[in-house]
Amino acid sequence: MPSMPAGTLYRGKVGMWSWVLHRITGVAIFFFLLVHVLDTALVRLSPEAYNAVIGTYKTPLIGLAELGLVAAILFHALNGLRVILIDFWRKGVKYQNVMFWIVIGIAAALFLGFAPRHLDHVFNLGLF
Amino acid sequence: MSVVIEQPRSPRSRKRANLEKYGWMYMRASGVVLVVLIFGHLFVNLFLGEGIKAIDFAFVGGKWSDPFWKVWDLLMLWLALIHGTNGMRTLVNDYTSKPKIAKTLNISLWAICAVLVTLGTLVIFTFDPCPAGAAAELLPSFCSAK
Ligand code: HEM
Ligand code: HEM
Repeated sequence: MPSMPAGTLYRGKVGMWSWVLHRITGVAIFFFLLVHVLDTALVRLSPEAYNAVIGTYKTPLIGLAELGLVAAILFHALNGLRVILIDFWRKGVKYQNVMFWIVIGIAAALFLGFAPRHLDHVFNLGLF
Repeated sequence: MSVVIEQPRSPRSRKRANLEKYGWMYMRASGVVLVVLIFGHLFVNLFLGEGIKAIDFAFVGGKWSDPFWKVWDLLMLWLALIHGTNGMRTLVNDYTSKPKIAKTLNISLWAICAVLVTLGTLVIFTFDPCPAGAAAELLPSFCSAK
């Protein structure tokens, strides 16, 4: 029985999905950053204006969205390092598949270290 | 009169090709630095202490009275915005078929980038942690109005 094609670096499987995810997270972070520079600029207006807007960052809805932002950053940053290794490291292409799972592993570990603490702050649970 | 025939395999324009190469290298160089800057930013602002709950005007005043964090944020601002904008340019070139639309979108992207880099830089350098006449309880503890 012929086996499924294993996929090349960018077509099918890990190579392609990591690229799609890298793209989506990059765009999401970009749009966040546009808003973020504007909200930070409010410190020049008045303490009241800045505190009012940064107050929305502490609401449950945006608090949950921040989990998504952090997950996006973790993936984009670590996968970016993987892309750099694929380009510059002699054995990068050979290990691209393993490196993808290492990226997911480290991102998941960091996320699990962050999420409970962040939820604790957002929902005033007083756990930590 | 002799006719000069262009090398069939020569790139459309050397200048363009080089620019594209510098863009490619910039994405990688800035990426390595941004990992440190952004992870540090999120660690200090979202993880340490009370995390998101602790962030207010006084918090920013405390950080930006230290040149270390001013330089940190300045680098992060420039590197991240140019990296993100150049990345968005790749997407525009991938997903648009009409050169005119691509050009318009790319010019808009770089215009937004320039405005925000300028704004963010001015904010860092003109920031006053103790603005006159502000409510004292909103200011950092080192302000004399306290
Ligand atoms: C929810 C997550 C985030 C929070 C709560 C947050 C909070 C802040 C705060 C309080 C400041 C004021 C100065 C300082 O504390 O250093 C700031 C500035 C800044 N942040 Fe963030 N940040 C977040 C995520 C990000 C991310 C993901 C990026 C990069 C993509 C980023 C880039 C910046 C930049 C460039 C500045 C300086 C802005 C300026 O020069 O006006 N931040 N942020
Ligand atoms: C945290 C550290 C970061 C690293 C290590 C990193 C790494 C990279 C690399 C290596 C690429 C090129 C991918 C390729 O040529 O295939 C890239 C693309 C991109 N990055 Fe980042 N990046 C980081 C942060 C950011 C930030 C803060 C933003 C948004 C402001 C961003 C937005 C983008 C976008 C939109 C692309 C284009 C995606 C594509 O062409 O498919 N990145 N990143």
